[in-house]
Amino acid sequence: MSAVFSTRRVAAMVLRNVYLLRASWPRILELVYWPAVQMILWGFISQFLRGNSTWVAQASGVLISAVLLWDVMFRGNLGVSLAFFEEMYSRNLGHLFASPLRPYELVCSLLVISLIRTTIGVGGAALLAMPLYGYSIFGLGLPLLAFFANLLVMGWAIGLLVSALVLRYGLGAESLAWVAIFAVAPVSGIYYPISVLPQWLQSVAWFLPSSHVFEGMRAVMFHHQFRADLLIQAGLLNVVYLGVAVTVFLYVFHVARRRGLLLHIGE
Amino acid sequence: MATMNAPVIRVEGVGKRFGDVMAVEGLDFTVAAGGTTALLGGNGAGKTTTLSMLLGLLIPSSGRIEVLGEDLLRHRFRVLGRMNFSSPYVDLPQRLTVFQNLNVYAHLYGIPRSRRRIDELADQLDLAGLLKRPYGSLSSGQRTRVGLAKALLNRPALLLLDEPTASLDPDTADRVRTYLTAYQRDTGATLLMASHNMAEVERMCDDVLMLRGGHIVDRGPPPALIARYGRRDMEEVFLDVARGRSAGDGS
Repeated sequence: MSAVFSTRRVAAMVLRNVYLLRASWPRILELVYWPAVQMILWGFISQFLRGNSTWVAQASGVLISAVLLWDVMFRGNLGVSLAFFEEMYSRNLGHLFASPLRPYELVCSLLVISLIRTTIGVGGAALLAMPLYGYSIFGLGLPLLAFFANLLVMGWAIGLLVSALVLRYGLGAESLAWVAIFAVAPVSGIYYPISVLPQWLQSVAWFLPSSHVFEGMRAVMFHHQFRADLLIQAGLLNVVYLGVAVTVFLYVFHVARRRGLLLHIGE
Repeated sequence: MATMNAPVIRVEGVGKRFGDVMAVEGLDFTVAAGGTTALLGGNGAGKTTTLSMLLGLLIPSSGRIEVLGEDLLRHRFRVLGRMNFSSPYVDLPQRLTVFQNLNVYAHLYGIPRSRRRIDELADQLDLAGLLKRPYGSLSSGQRTRVGLAKALLNRPALLLLDEPTASLDPDTADRVRTYLTAYQRDTGATLLMASHNMAEVERMCDDVLMLRGGHIVDRGPPPALIARYGRRDMEEVFLDVARGRSAGDGS
C-alpha cells in the first residue's frame, strides 16, 4: 500500500514539468516575455507620469511594483492551469491516475510548478527593471514576500478553478485560463486606490485578497507603513478561496471519474 | 500477494451508464491469479469501459469490484501500485524523451534504482536506441513498446493490456508476446488483455470472456470455446459472438 501523501510522487510530477521546460526554450521565453514587456511599458508610463502626476511623483516605482505584483497573480494562475493542460494535451491523465498518484498530490505539484514558473517569469522582469529604470522592487523589503505569497495563492485558487472547469467541459474552455483572472483586475486596485471605486464596488473589492495586497503595497510605498491588518485579511481570504478551489477541483475530478472523462480528453 | 488460483479480480453485478446509454450491465466474473485472460468483443462491446473500471479511472454506476483482495471503489490506492496498464489509446507526454517519461513513472511508482530498471526494460523491449528520443517522434509501434515498458516498470502483479501488440510488425509482436508470456510465467502475474488479434488470444490466453452489447455472453478456454461453437479457431468464434450467434447455432 502506498503512502497517503508522498513527496516523491509530487516531486515526480514537478520533474515531469522541469523536463518539459528544459526541452523547450519557447516555454522559458514565454515565461519571461510578457512580464518583461508589461514592466517595460509601465516603466515608460511611470517616467512620463513622474513629471506630470504628483501622485506618481511621490512614489515613482508604484506602477512598476503594481504591474510586477499583478503578474505574480497572473503567472500564479497560469502556472497551475497550463501545467494541468499539459497533461490534457498529451492525453496522459489515464496513465497518471492509474498510478498511485493521488489527485491532491497532483494539486500540490501544480502549485510547486506554478511557484517555479512565477519566480522565473516575474523574477526576470524584476531584475530587468533595475538597469532599465533604476528601480528595484526588492526595496520593498520583507513585505514584498507577504505580497508575493498572497497574490500567488490567489492566482493558484483561480488556476485550480479554471482547471476544474476545463476538466469538466474540455479544452474548449481553455481560454478561460487567460481571461478569467481579468474579471478581478478592475476591483483589485492594482494601479489606483480602492477608494476610487463606487461605494458598492468597494464592498466587493474588500472580498478579494488582491485588493488588500495592493492597498498594502501603496501604504508601504507612500507612507512607509506596513499594514499588517491588510495582509492578515488577505491571508484569511486566501485560506478560504484556496480551500474552495481545491475542494471544487477534487469534486470535479470525482465527476470526471464518474463520466469517464480521464480517458477521453485530449487535443 | 494473491495466492495461486484465488481470484485477483472479482466483479459483481457491475454496470455503467452514460446518460441514456448502458455501456455495460450486470457484469459478473472473476479472474484467477497467475493466468492470462482475454476480454473479447466487437467495437462498443464494453471492453474499454470494463478495463477503465478495473483501473479505477471510471466509477461504476452499480456493483462491486475487488482487485488484489481490495474493494477498488473504496481503497483503490491500496492496489494501484501493484497493478499497471498499457493502451495504445492513452498517450505519454510527446515532448519528453522516452527515458524522461519512464523516469517520471518510475518515481510515481516508487521504483528503487529506477535507472537500472529502465535500462533492463529497454534491453528486453528493444528500446535502448530510443531512450533519448522524444516520445512524440516515435512510430506507433515504438510507442506501443514504450507503453509496455511503462506498464512493466513496477513489476505488476496484475497487468491490464488493451491491444498489447497493436501497430507492431509481426516480428516485434511475436517478441512482445513471448516476453509477456515469460513475464507471466516467471512472476506469477495475472494478465487481463483486450485484443482483436485472435491468434494472439489462442496463443497467450487460458481463459476468454466474450462481451457483446455490454454483457458477458460466453466464457471459457479457447479450445473449449472453439469446440463449443463447432469452429476451427477463435476468429470464427469471435464472428459468431459478434454477430449474435450462440454456441451450437452453426452456420
